[in-house]
Amino acid sequence: MKLASLFSGGKDSVYATYLAKKEGHEITCLVSIFSENKESYMFHTPSINKTKKQAEVMGVPLIVEKTKGEKEIELEDLKRAIFRAKEEYGVEGIITGAIQSVYQASRIQKICDELNLECFNPLWQKEEKEYLEELISEDFRVILVGVFAYPFDESWILREIDDNFISEVRELNKRYKIHVAGEGGEFETFVLNCPLYSRELKVIDKKISKEGENSFRAEVEVE
Amino acid sequence: MILLISTCKEKLHELEFVKPIKDIVGKKCFVKKYDEITQEDLQKADKVIISGTSLRDNEVLENLSCFGWLKDFNKPVFGICAGHHAIQLIFGAKLMKIQEFGVVDVDFEKNFFGLIDKEKVYSLHGRFSLSPEFEIYARSEECVHAVKHKDKEIYSVLFHPEVYNKEVLGRFCEL
Repeated sequence: MKLASLFSGGKDSVYATYLAKKEGHEITCLVSIFSENKESYMFHTPSINKTKKQAEVMGVPLIVEKTKGEKEIELEDLKRAIFRAKEEYGVEGIITGAIQSVYQASRIQKICDELNLECFNPLWQKEEKEYLEELISEDFRVILVGVFAYPFDESWILREIDDNFISEVRELNKRYKIHVAGEGGEFETFVLNCPLYSRELKVIDKKISKEGENSFRAEVEVE
Repeated sequence: MILLISTCKEKLHELEFVKPIKDIVGKKCFVKKYDEITQEDLQKADKVIISGTSLRDNEVLENLSCFGWLKDFNKPVFGICAGHHAIQLIFGAKLMKIQEFGVVDVDFEKNFFGLIDKEKVYSLHGRFSLSPEFEIYARSEECVHAVKHKDKEIYSVLFHPEVYNKEVLGRFCEL
């Protein structure tokens, strides 16, 4: 089936896209929403402009829509972007990286239904430890580009998801209820390399901004 | 052993509609697609769970003859969403259009695997069905959400207990 991926460049959307391709579907285009609202209910925001680089190394066209990120209105912007994927690329369905957010998932399902498109959520309800271990075994190189909860600090920015990361974040889960896969918005990620890429992306520069005591966001330059 | 029946046309949808059920039920289940079920599978199973599928996937409802075995099956069965429709249609229901997406308030008039009074459930359906052979356990403002066959141990729900209220499936497995 010809599919468009709702693509933020973080681990969830990239891994969901990978699973769809592995199952034999065609990734016809990527759809990225650039939100001006850093607290968006729907969209991941750190380093999202780098999805252009990711689309390049995946060899897949990218549709970009901007949104002010206002609750519910941003859904109209998303619908417009998905409609473009259908009209311009003839996609028959959408892939999302939704894991637990019924808010996100049910709204995207509704949009797909209105546009007569299939909706695939291959990570839906996935157990977090199993998920992170799969990322490592499937050769995904994933770094943190934002942390937004206690007890995270700046030292976690650009850390890679590896076995040590999983052990540490599981400890944080026991002590502070940090979701192991960051599903509660505790951290955001960026995929530097995976089997969908023709080459690895390298971080050549970074600009870290502090947004709160335990809240840091990185804008990374990649090539 | 629990026979977990997939109603998904696309294999990729099984990660969304079948795998979460498997994760709850654990190792004591084996998965088969609805059109590959054999008499041997039905004999081997102590109980059966029939999964849901995506909103636009109608294949299972066009192949209801694959569920003819339900009429004479005397072990516990639990149907979810598309699985619910398959059960209801086999027992004489008709499909109607009623959409509910997301979290829905449901009133459990009778205890349904521990759910009683008002509960929030996760819904993803564009249709509704109800056979006269079933007793109503729960309903939302829009439609009936949980039922049980009047004479058989066949339970079915329109909501998705693999998303919210996961304990319902655990309790069914303990029957």
